[in-house]
Formats: sequence, structure tokens, C-alpha cells
Amino acid sequence: MTRSTFSAARPAEIRWHPTFVRIAPVVVIVLVLIAVWYVAAVLMNLNLVRGAFERDDTPYTTGQLIAGTMRAERPLLPAPHQIVQTFAEDVFGWPVTSPRSLVYHGWVTLSATFVGFLLGATFGIVLAVLIVHVRTLQKSLLPWIICSQMVPILAVAPIVIVVLGAIGLRGLLPKAIISAYLCFFPVVIGVVKGLTSPDPIQGDLMRTWSATPAQIFWKLRWPSAVPFLFASLKVSITISLIGAIVAELPTGAQAGIGARLLAGSYYGQTIQIWAALVAASVLAVGLIGVVSLIERWVAQLMGARS
Amino acid sequence: MRAPDQPIREGVTSPAALAVSAHDISLTFQTADGEVEALSNIDLDIAEGDFVSFIGPSGCGKTTLLRVIADLERPTAGTILINGVTSEQARVQRHYGYIFQAPALYPWRTIERNVMLPLEIMGFDAAERRRRVEQYLKLVNLSGFERKYPWQLSGGMQQRASIARALSFEPALLLMDEPFGALDEIVRDHLNEQLLRLWNQTCKTVVFVTHSIPEAVFLSTKIVVMSPRPGRIIDVISCNFPRDRTLEIRETPEFLKIAQRVRSGLRSGHSYDE
Repeated sequence: MTRSTFSAARPAEIRWHPTFVRIAPVVVIVLVLIAVWYVAAVLMNLNLVRGAFERDDTPYTTGQLIAGTMRAERPLLPAPHQIVQTFAEDVFGWPVTSPRSLVYHGWVTLSATFVGFLLGATFGIVLAVLIVHVRTLQKSLLPWIICSQMVPILAVAPIVIVVLGAIGLRGLLPKAIISAYLCFFPVVIGVVKGLTSPDPIQGDLMRTWSATPAQIFWKLRWPSAVPFLFASLKVSITISLIGAIVAELPTGAQAGIGARLLAGSYYGQTIQIWAALVAASVLAVGLIGVVSLIERWVAQLMGARS
Repeated sequence: MRAPDQPIREGVTSPAALAVSAHDISLTFQTADGEVEALSNIDLDIAEGDFVSFIGPSGCGKTTLLRVIADLERPTAGTILINGVTSEQARVQRHYGYIFQAPALYPWRTIERNVMLPLEIMGFDAAERRRRVEQYLKLVNLSGFERKYPWQLSGGMQQRASIARALSFEPALLLMDEPFGALDEIVRDHLNEQLLRLWNQTCKTVVFVTHSIPEAVFLSTKIVVMSPRPGRIIDVISCNFPRDRTLEIRETPEFLKIAQRVRSGLRSGHSYDE
């Protein structure tokens, strides 16, 4: 039979379920990544395991060697199943108040992230509004805002924490401030862009109605800026999580995902480090998901095409 | 010319009262490549209740002149009075409604809330806002579309919503900048008839910018022919068809005669240009 496009009697095509069609590419990529990871784990841990066998003068086969790379206690690169196992144990194996629980550490970091994000987003919005409305600020403030982001935060974080500690601020707030310092920037840039986005004739219309500056702001500029704000917030919330983790590193914090990372690297607990990293990415995905949900809800309220 | 200190709405019923009185208006824009003379020595009187069209090729300053009337541009020389007050006072006191070529509806507001927007800004109470939105959406045949968002409406319907928005606060003067320029011929004819009916019913003064000769002749009581570089008025043509005219008048000899005069005016203004 010819492959005529218009033939009604085409050979039956296999019709995949739409869910399968949507998920299959993702699954394939994940499987490929996991396979690559296993190969890398074998290669990277091989010398480590061989060294251990030779130190003990135990004879070994290649099979034993490869099996060893999969269950090393302090591997260079832990195998995926080791990470999953440790992650599951750390999350579910302890009461959430225990300092051995990843949930506990995750919550400590998350609370600093929330406070930092709120501070940073608010600060960013206020700055953007000032920049748009006060002409001199646009020239004088923006270069400083950009410079602030060129400072390596790892160098500044200990200073900030020591200074704040000296005036009696410890715990959550210094971390939140560092997180805010990192995350306000995308908000400023996005909201400035958004507030200046309305079409000139919409501004002209406001003028013909002799609207007050406050009315122009609330009825035109602010609603125009909302889509830009959400785009910024999605970037900003992950940065603020990174900020909170970074702030935990130089302070010898007792709790938090940063503290877990640090402790893991002190004691060579690579699996613990990776488990903490997984926890951080789970948090990041969750945070972006929450912002996206709110974004969709607000877009619906504002009559966006669905 | 009336003195500026006279009461604003004095003589609304008198046909001789001037809605717009421009005297020796010039406007020069400073651009990167030097000065551009957008308007040069414009003298123009528009009586209340008139329907005046500005017609001319692009760049002749017709939109600029409309923006000067609306106080969206300041003339570099000359005086202009709107209903006997300066253009700035007229804008602040909301004497006119302005309709742009694009509907410029706010995408996050429903049609009814778009029409309501100027009323919110001007501080009308909620009951009055609702009453007027209903009244003016009905006037432009958009009843039933209150809860739709702009993107759910066709271009012609959006422009009608923007007309309802301009009418909602009941200004005596309507300034329309090529409002139907982006619409197709059929929708345009239809809206022209509706606009004429509306003008006939409400006795407003309309200033209408267009580059379509039939549109100008069909709608206007007075056609102002303009020419570019520098923008100036080269002819003012009266055009006294009955107020309740229909599209059929476009076939009459009088109509064609006026259209011919507009066309020759445009040609003479253009002749030394090319």
C-alpha cells in the first residue's frame, strides 16, 4: 500500500496515550542521566575501592570492585540509590524536631528564605517605584544597585553576620538579610521595566482625564507591572534560597541546609552533602511552584487569556 | 473671541458659541535632526455642535493639532481657547473625551470596568457609575458584553467600547484621532453611521481626524484640509447635509462635488512637495 496522506485506509498507527506522550521524553532524559551517573560513579570511585582492597591485601574480582563502588561509605561520587536512601532516611527516619532530620534543617533554611524573600521583594518594589517616579534617583541609584550585585556574597556574608552579631542580631535575621540582599535585584529590574511598560497612549488617556499621579500609579502602572513582577519573583525566590544557604556557610551555623553541607564536607560525608543538595532542590522546586500557582491565580483575576 | 474670564458653559444653546478657538498657533518640535515645524500659523474656529474633520496626508500635523486642542502638546506660539478657557484648564476640568486610533482598553479590566475607569478617576459614586456604564454601552450597541475582556471582542467592538468610555463622563467635546483607521471598510461604514446618529442625538461637538475623503465628507459639517511641511490649513469647506444623513448621500452630485474640492485642495497642498 502506498503512503498516500489522504487515504482513509491508512495502516493503523499506534496511538499513544497523551499523558504518555507528554511524560515519555522527560522519563527518557532522567533514565539517561541516571545511567551516566552510575557509570561516572563506578569510574570515579574505582581507585578508592581498589586502594581499600589492596591495603587489606584481600584478593578481589572486577565484579567485587564494581559492587564496592556502589556502596562506598565516603565515595567521591555517591551512586543515585545511595543518595536516595540517605535522603529518605534523613527525611523520614527522624522526628522532625531532631537535629538529624533533614526536615528540621530544611525548615530552618526555609524560614530564613521566606523572611529574606519578603524583605527583598518589598525592598525591590519600593526601590523600583522610587526609580520610576524620581528622575534623579534613576541616574544616581541604578549604578549602585548593579554594583551591589557584583560583590561576591561569600566574601561579604561573614562580615555582615559578624557586624550584625555585634549589635545583638543572631539566628534567622542575619541570614534573611543576606538572602534579601541577593534577591531584591531581579525585582527592581523587573518592576522598573513593568512600571514603564504601559503604552504611551494609555498615559495620554490618563492625562486627558486629568488623573492624579496616585491614580495613574494604581490604575495603570501597577497592574501593567504585575506580569513583570511575577517573572522576577520566580527568579528571586530561588536566589533567596541560595542566599539563605550561603549565609549558613561562614557562620558555623548549627542548623540549616548550609550547615548540613558544611558538616558533610568537614567529615567527608559526601552522601550527606548530596542528600542536602537534593533537599535544597526539592525546596527550590516547591517555592517556584508556589509562586507559579499564585501567578496563575492572579493572571486569572486579571482576565488573562487562558 | 471671548474673554477667558467668561463663564465656561455660557451660551451652550447658542449656535454661535465657540467650542474651539485657535489663533495663530505654531508648534515646532526639537528633534535630533533639528527643528521640525509641525504646525504653522493655524487659525481655526469650531462652533459648538459642529462636526469638524481634519484631513490631509500623513505628516500634515492633523493629529498634532488635535493634541494641541487636548493639551497633550503645547504650541510654541499662539493662543487657543476651549469653551472659552485655556486648553490646560479645559483638560483639567475634563471638557473633552479623546478617542485614539487604537482602542487602548486596559487588558486587565472587563469592558464594563474599562468604561467605568474615567468615572472612577473623576470620583462618580458607584450607583451613578453603573447607570452610566449601562447607558453608554447600550448606546454603542455593546449591551451583553459587560463582563468580557477586551481580547474577547473584535477590533470594531473594542473601538466602540473606547467611544463609550469617552462618552461616559459626558464631555461636550469629542476629539477623535482616526478612530476607525485600523478597521475594515464595512465595519468602518457601519461605525460612521453610528457615530453620526450619536452626534445627532447628543448634540456634541466632534473634532475628527481622518485621511479618508469619503469619511470626511460623509461625517462633517466642516472639513479642514491640511498640508504638510509646515503643517498648515489650506482650505476650510462647509458641508451642509442634513444631520440625519445616510450612506446613500455618497452617490449624490453635491457629495461628489465636495469630495472633488477636498481632493483638489489636497493636491494643491502637495504639488510643490514632490
